[in-house]
Amino acid sequence: MELSFYLVQLLNAIQYGFLLFLVASGMTLLFGIMGIINLAHGSFYMIGAYLAYWLTDITGNLWFGILLGLPIALLVGYLVERFAISFLYKRDHLYQVLLTFALILIFNELQQILWGTDVHAVAIPSFLAGSIPLTENQSYPIYRLFISAVCIVLASGMSWVIQKTRLGMMIRAGASNREMVQSLGIDVNRLFALVFSLGVALAAFAGMLASPVDSVYPGMGENVLIISFVVVVIGGTGSIKGAFVGAMLIGLVSTFGKVLLPEMASVMAYALMAIILLWRPQGLFGRRT
Amino acid sequence: MPVRTRYLSLLAALLLLILFPLFGSSFYIGLLTRILILALFAMSLDLLIGYTGLVSFGHAAFFGIGGYALAICFQDAVVIHLWQALPLSLISAALAALVVGWISIRTSGIYFIMITLAFAQMFFYFFFESPRYGGDDGIFLFFKPVLMIGAEDILHLDRENNFYYFVLTSLVSSYLFLTMILRAPFGKVITAIKANEHRVLALGYPVNHYKLVSFVIAGTLAGLAGFLEGAHSGYVNPSYMSWHESGIAIAIVVLGGMGTLYGPILGAFIVVLLQDFLPSLTDHWQLLFGGIVISVALFLPHGLTSLLPQIWTLFKARKSSSVINPPESDDD
Amino acid sequence: MTEIILRTERLNKNFGGLIAANNISLSFERGRVHAIIGPNGAGKTTLINLLSGDLLPSDGTILFKDRDITTLPPHKISQLGIGRSYQKTNIFPTFSCYENCWVAAQSRLKTSMHFFRPAIRLRSVQERAERALDLCGLSHRSACLASAMSYGEQRQLEIGMMLATEPELLLLDEPLAGMGSEESLQVIDLLQRLAKNHTLILIEHDMDAVFAIAEQLTVMVNGRVLETGTVEQIRNSQAVQEVYLGAEEETS
Repeated sequence: MELSFYLVQLLNAIQYGFLLFLVASGMTLLFGIMGIINLAHGSFYMIGAYLAYWLTDITGNLWFGILLGLPIALLVGYLVERFAISFLYKRDHLYQVLLTFALILIFNELQQILWGTDVHAVAIPSFLAGSIPLTENQSYPIYRLFISAVCIVLASGMSWVIQKTRLGMMIRAGASNREMVQSLGIDVNRLFALVFSLGVALAAFAGMLASPVDSVYPGMGENVLIISFVVVVIGGTGSIKGAFVGAMLIGLVSTFGKVLLPEMASVMAYALMAIILLWRPQGLFGRRT
Repeated sequence: MPVRTRYLSLLAALLLLILFPLFGSSFYIGLLTRILILALFAMSLDLLIGYTGLVSFGHAAFFGIGGYALAICFQDAVVIHLWQALPLSLISAALAALVVGWISIRTSGIYFIMITLAFAQMFFYFFFESPRYGGDDGIFLFFKPVLMIGAEDILHLDRENNFYYFVLTSLVSSYLFLTMILRAPFGKVITAIKANEHRVLALGYPVNHYKLVSFVIAGTLAGLAGFLEGAHSGYVNPSYMSWHESGIAIAIVVLGGMGTLYGPILGAFIVVLLQDFLPSLTDHWQLLFGGIVISVALFLPHGLTSLLPQIWTLFKARKSSSVINPPESDDD
Repeated sequence: MTEIILRTERLNKNFGGLIAANNISLSFERGRVHAIIGPNGAGKTTLINLLSGDLLPSDGTILFKDRDITTLPPHKISQLGIGRSYQKTNIFPTFSCYENCWVAAQSRLKTSMHFFRPAIRLRSVQERAERALDLCGLSHRSACLASAMSYGEQRQLEIGMMLATEPELLLLDEPLAGMGSEESLQVIDLLQRLAKNHTLILIEHDMDAVFAIAEQLTVMVNGRVLETGTVEQIRNSQAVQEVYLGAEEETS
C-alpha cells in the first residue's frame, strides 16, 4: 500500500514534469536564442487546451481535436511573432515584459469571448480510458502513462533535432552566442519565426495533452507560465537539458510537496529555485555571462 | 520645457489635490485616495526601473507585505497606533526586500525579471495557502490607525478626508525623499548603473551594494503603499501580491514615463480611470486596455510625460504666433 | 634598479579549449611606459582584462605593489589605484561629458552611500572632474551629451574618465583606435605628460606612437610573450623581427 502509493505519486510527478518540460523547453529557447521574455507563453498552453476542448466537442474525438488544433495554434503563434514580438528583438526586456503582459490580458479576454468562463472537461479517448490496477485499491490511469510516453517520444525527437540536424546546429549556436548566428549569414528572421512557432506548438500541444487530465478553465495558462519560468531559471536559459532536469525537479517537488507538506507545497518549488540560484546564479546548465 | 515650468505645473497639480476634498464627494475622495496609493507604489518601482535599471517583476510582494504586516499584527486590535503599525510595515517590507534583493541582484537581465517574479509568487502562495493568515480570503481590519499622544487623539484616519491627506502627505514626502537621494552621490551612482553598469564597476564602485540599497528603498516605499492600501480598504488578501499587480505597476510606470517620478503618478491616474471607465464601454474592456498598453510599449516607449515637451513647444508656438502673427508667413 | 609596481607570474586564461593567455610572467616598473604589441588575437586585451579584474585568470598570480590582487573584482582593483580605458568606447552615453567625469571622480569618495547632501556641493569631486576634463582636452565640451560627441571625442572622454579616478597605474587599451591624426597627436601629447608621474601599460597598434612614448616593450603572439625588454632590445631581437616587425617592414 505504502509503496504503491508512492509509485503513483512518482508517476504523477514524472507526467507533470514532462508537461512542464514541453512548455519550458520552448520558453528556454526563446530566451536563449532570441533573448525574448515571453509572458504570453502560458497563454498558448491555455489556447491549446481550449482548442482541444472545442474541436473535440465538434469532432467527437480528441485526436481530431489535436490534429486540427495544432495548425491553428501554430498560425496564432506565427501571427503573434510577426505583428508583436518581432518589433521587440532589439528593445529592452522591459518592453517585452510589458507587451507580452498585455498579450495575456488580450488572450484571456478573447478566450472568454470565444468560450466563456465555464470550466470544461475533455473526455479521454475510449481505448486509453482505463486504469492499470496496482494493488487491490490502487490503480493508475492509462492516459497519464500515455502522456508520459508521448512526451518521451517528443523529448527524444527534440534531442535528435537539436543534436543532429542543421536546424539544431543553428539553435545550439544561437543559444550559446546570438551575435555569432547573425554573423554566420543565417536568415535570423526566419530562424526566430521558426523557433517561436515551434515553442508555441509545444506549449499548445502540452495544453492539449493535459486537457483530459486537468480541467479546461480561464487563466489556466498563468499557473503553468510562472512555474515554467521557475523551470527555465533552475535549468539555465537556452539549455534544453536544463529545462528537462528543471521540469523533473519541479514535478517531483510539487507532487511530493502536496503529499508530504500540503501547506507549503507551492512555496517549495520557489524555495528550491532560490536555493539553486544561491549556489549557481546562472542555473544548473546555464553559462556564466 | 523649462525646469521652472515643470515645477510650477507640479505645484499647481499639488494645489489641486490639496483643494480637492473641498469640492469632491466622498466617493471621489475615496477613488483619489486609491489612485494616490497606487501612484506611490508605482513611483517606488520607478526608482528601480527608471533609475537603477532593474526591471523588477515582483514589486507587488513588498506592497503585500506592507499590508499583511499591518493586518497580521493588528487584526484583533481595537486601537491601531499609527506609530507602531507604520514602522512595523516599513521594516517588514524592508527586510523582505533585503533578502529577496540579496539573492536576485546576483543575476541580471531576464534572470532578474524572472527571479523577482518567482519570489513574489512564493510570497503569494505562502499567504494563499496559509489558513492562519486567512488563505485567499485574506484578513479584515475593522479599525483605522490613529495617532495619539497620551490620551489625545491627534489624527484619526477614520475620516475619509484625514486619510486622503495622510496619503497625499506620504506621496509628496516620498517624492521629495526620492528626489533628494537622486541628487545625492547615491543617486548619481544608480543612474550611472542604469546607463552602463560595467563601467561603474570598472570605476571602482561596488555596484551590487548600490543596487541592493536601491532595491530596499523601493521595497520599503512599496510597503508604505501597501500599508496605506490595507488601512484604507480594510482588508488585505493575497491578490495584493499577485503578479498581475506587479505587471500593472510596470505598465503604470512605462505608461506615465519612467525615470521621472511624476510620470508614474500620471500613469496611476490614467490606469485607474481607464479601469473604471472602460468597463462601462464593453464587458471585454481588458481587450482595449491590453491594446492601449501594447501601443504604448511599441510607439511611446518613454510614456506620456515624454509628450509634455512637445505639447509645450506646440503651446509656445501657438502663443507666439497669436501674439506676433507674422503676415508674411502666409506668403511662404 | 627601479621598483616593480605590477608583476604577473605564469598567468593563464582559457576560454573553453581556447588558450587566450599562456604562461605570462611580466614585470612592470614604476614610472615607466610599457607598451604591449602583437598581431590581432595575440591576447593583449585579454591580458589587460586580467590585470583590471574584468576577467578571472584560470591560473597564475598578479601582484600589485607586492600585494596579491589575482582574484579581486574590478571595483577593488580600481580602488587600489589601477585605472583602465577600454578599446570599445565604454562611457555613459546618456550623461553629459562632465557628468561622465563626475561619476568617475566621485568613485574616489570613501563611499557614495550618501543620501542627503546634493552631489553638486562636493567640491573635491567637482575639482577632480574638472581637472580630468581639462587633461583630456574636453573642457569646452563639458555640457555636451556624451552620445552626441564625435567618436574621437568619446575616446578622449574614455581616457578622461580613467584620469578622474586618479590612478597610479594606467591600463590603456588602444587609446588611439579610431582617432583622426590631429586627435591622435593630442592624445600622444597627453600620454607623454601623464608618463611623467604615472605608470602606463598600453596596447597600441600605431607603431609610431608606441616608439614615441614607450620605454619598455612586450611582444605577444598567440597568447604568449614572445619577447620583453627595452625598446632597443626589442628592435634588435631576432625573434621579434622574424615574427612581427620584419613582416611589417616588408609590407611597408
